[in-house]
Amino acid sequence: MAKNVKVYSTPTCPWCIRTKQFLQENNIVFENIDLSGNENAAEELMRKTGQMGVPVLDIEGQIIIGFDKEKIKLALGI
Amino acid sequence: MHDLIIIGAGPAGITAGVYAARQNLDFLLLSRDIGGQAAWSGQIGNYTGYQLISGPELVEKFQEHMRQYNIALKENESAERIFALEDAFSVQTDKAQYQGRSVIIATGKRSRNLGLAKEEYFRNRGLTYCATCDGPLFFKKDVAVIGGGNSALDAAIQLEHIANFVYLVNNTASLGGDALMRQKVEHSAKVKVMNNANVIDIKGENFVQALTIRQLGKEAEIPVSGVFVEIGLVPNSDLMDNLDKNEQGEIKVDAYNQTNLSGIFAAGDVTDVPEKQIIIAAGEGAKAAISVFKYLARKPAWADKLP
Repeated sequence: MAKNVKVYSTPTCPWCIRTKQFLQENNIVFENIDLSGNENAAEELMRKTGQMGVPVLDIEGQIIIGFDKEKIKLALGI
Repeated sequence: MHDLIIIGAGPAGITAGVYAARQNLDFLLLSRDIGGQAAWSGQIGNYTGYQLISGPELVEKFQEHMRQYNIALKENESAERIFALEDAFSVQTDKAQYQGRSVIIATGKRSRNLGLAKEEYFRNRGLTYCATCDGPLFFKKDVAVIGGGNSALDAAIQLEHIANFVYLVNNTASLGGDALMRQKVEHSAKVKVMNNANVIDIKGENFVQALTIRQLGKEAEIPVSGVFVEIGLVPNSDLMDNLDKNEQGEIKVDAYNQTNLSGIFAAGDVTDVPEKQIIIAAGEGAKAAISVFKYLARKPAWADKLP
């Protein structure tokens, strides 16, 4: 069963691009939440993670801040 | 024991890797990240072959090129120290230790910190070093850019379109940088330039709420939720003792990318090479890898092991 994966990102942050690219390479379906010009989503991110750095992954409720490949792999079971 | 360990996977390290792979060297490429500063660049218009390409796209092209070869890439791994062994070197990372007969240091540069006590705490809590990446998070907010050179001007111009208001806090008497960008900033109704101004404190609970500025002897607080630090770069050159560096901390190399220590080579922005450009860093990486091959070939004990 595919896991529910959300990526909080901005279109210009290189690590966001790298994260999405990594998920695509591994055939992981994800929802991209673009924070640019979206105050509500930015506030949701701050509430959820206590910080503003992107990318942030939400994998079935597990929060991973930044492109931490090992943690992402573990959370996805790949 | 590897022939070569390359530290850093920016334009210099990746290009060195491609050259080393084509020479069939047994080598490792260790890096905290892929692309280095190039990955943080906006539009690049001076890399031959690409008339206009974004930093992340160019880095993706570098990676595609790298994937053509079976390169042993250790990503998300930071080199901490290099130790000299007898005719070889040991590289200690945050995860493991590797041995190589030669090393190319291609660790580039990082953003200079403000040097304030609370800086680490507020990092990613409103304080950032990359306007291109994090700018969009400050839609309709008041922000401050710290610095007075081209990167600070560039950040202010980018943020003017996103933020509600931008304070440009510059610690000298007037802005530096290109005249065209300076005029743009000075004529903007949404940017206030504060010259002779120093940041002395960052305030806030969980997130940045204000900056304390000292300007001409007077202290004032400016309420901002974003702070963009653009005060230059420092080389990541603290990997090894006895390595010759210039006043800026850049590793001194000769025309063959050899440092003062035999077997230790360096390439790209971490070195004292004149001009820091992506294409120059890539060229330096190529040159360093060729120099390594020649260095190994000169060592009789290893020369016959070379492909």
